[in-house]
Amino acid sequence: MIDRRAFLRLAAAAGPASLVSACGWDGGNTVRPLLLDVSRVNDWVGEKILYSQRRLAPLYDVSQRSQQLPMYFISPEMPMLRDPKSWRLQVAGLVRQPLTLSLDDLQAMPRTTYTVKHHCVEGWSAIATWHGVPFSAIAERCGMSPQARYVRFDSFDSGYFNGWDLASAMHPQTILAYGLNDNPLPVSHGAPLRLYAPTKLGYKMTKYLVSVTFTADRPGGYWEDQGYPWFGGV
Amino acid sequence: MSAPAAPAPAAPPAAPPVQPVKRHHWIVRLTHWLTFVLLVGMITSGLQIYTAYARFGERGEPSYVNAFEGQRFPAWSKLGGWLAGGLNWHFTLMWPLIFGGLLYLSYLVASGEWRSLLFRPRDIKGAIEMQKYYLRLRKEHPAQGKHNPLQKLAYTFIIFLGMLSVLTGFAIYKPTQFSWLTALFGGFQAARYWHFWAVWLFTAFLIVHVILVFVVDPSSLRAMITGWYRGRFPSHD
Repeated sequence: MIDRRAFLRLAAAAGPASLVSACGWDGGNTVRPLLLDVSRVNDWVGEKILYSQRRLAPLYDVSQRSQQLPMYFISPEMPMLRDPKSWRLQVAGLVRQPLTLSLDDLQAMPRTTYTVKHHCVEGWSAIATWHGVPFSAIAERCGMSPQARYVRFDSFDSGYFNGWDLASAMHPQTILAYGLNDNPLPVSHGAPLRLYAPTKLGYKMTKYLVSVTFTADRPGGYWEDQGYPWFGGV
Repeated sequence: MSAPAAPAPAAPPAAPPVQPVKRHHWIVRLTHWLTFVLLVGMITSGLQIYTAYARFGERGEPSYVNAFEGQRFPAWSKLGGWLAGGLNWHFTLMWPLIFGGLLYLSYLVASGEWRSLLFRPRDIKGAIEMQKYYLRLRKEHPAQGKHNPLQKLAYTFIIFLGMLSVLTGFAIYKPTQFSWLTALFGGFQAARYWHFWAVWLFTAFLIVHVILVFVVDPSSLRAMITGWYRGRFPSHD
């Protein structure tokens, strides 16, 4: 009763699928570039269709803060400044006025505080309160050029960096954070200054910041260049 | 059975000739097999992604009930090699899966075939009779249309499961942009949880579906490939 041809065709359909799942395949040299091309399309969909600069992340009450907030850095040891007082943030690139800002300078600027949920690409989430200066205030102060379309954030954590689209950087909830849960930002979470935004996955939020550069060309990123989605929006 | 009356009474009753009936439109056949292959890819890449954080619940809070907490799934069941690979497969295959699903649903609506597939309250009685037959509480197979009421129930369920998977998927993919949707499922961790549950419901459906095809109506496999059905239940509605 069972048709042999039917079996052959079923096998033809199931064969590649089971072959692909046979050994944790990332696509190899043939398929992997195609997957990365689709990932670029997904970046576009994420930025142009699914993202809105006016849509704000939900806010939580401080009583809902998580008991745990995992830390992570790529250096073999926790990145620490020898002399925190001499730390400065460099703001450069396509700007009218490059800036060199101390922590005091940043804390004298407009301050944003919010309690939001953090989403990690691994799948965990945690609620915390962040304090910092809106990125848009920095862009305004340095006189960002109309040619700027991206922002590159560099750190002193073994060269970790991220590239951002300008729209996400200018979102009202994107801040350069110097405080966590009513305290100064701990070294474990990127002291003295880190990028924070509840519209992005954790790996997009550069810690241990040293410079902000406005660019016309799209910067990559530490994980992004290894295959993680570039836009990383949530 | 619409066998013609035997012309010669002397001859022993021959098996009625099987009239093939056109059963599945090419869109149904195409999307059926496409969905199968894509679903295998989605589940295997999904297990790769799950491995990165194999529990459900906010950080610092108790885990949800989950038989697979901390589970290390075997290599053959995972696609992608590492988290980024799993994500890239998952976020690539999701598009043809969604568009295939939409094509199939559009076909069901446009052709009117949803009528022979959608389980409705009036099918409850028939479903009970069908269940009795499977439990050998009644001898003869109840009369049925293209699908029996239990099939309708199963296929209606699987369509809703597909929709649930897509919606919980978007709730996890963009929990800030679609915060209303994420809240609808009870939050980010709960949406992950339901998305993961869907995997096991799909897997259970797949196993039962394939067993029933071979045990009850093997000709339906051929019908899903060629479109023509030559089996025991040729009636159409």
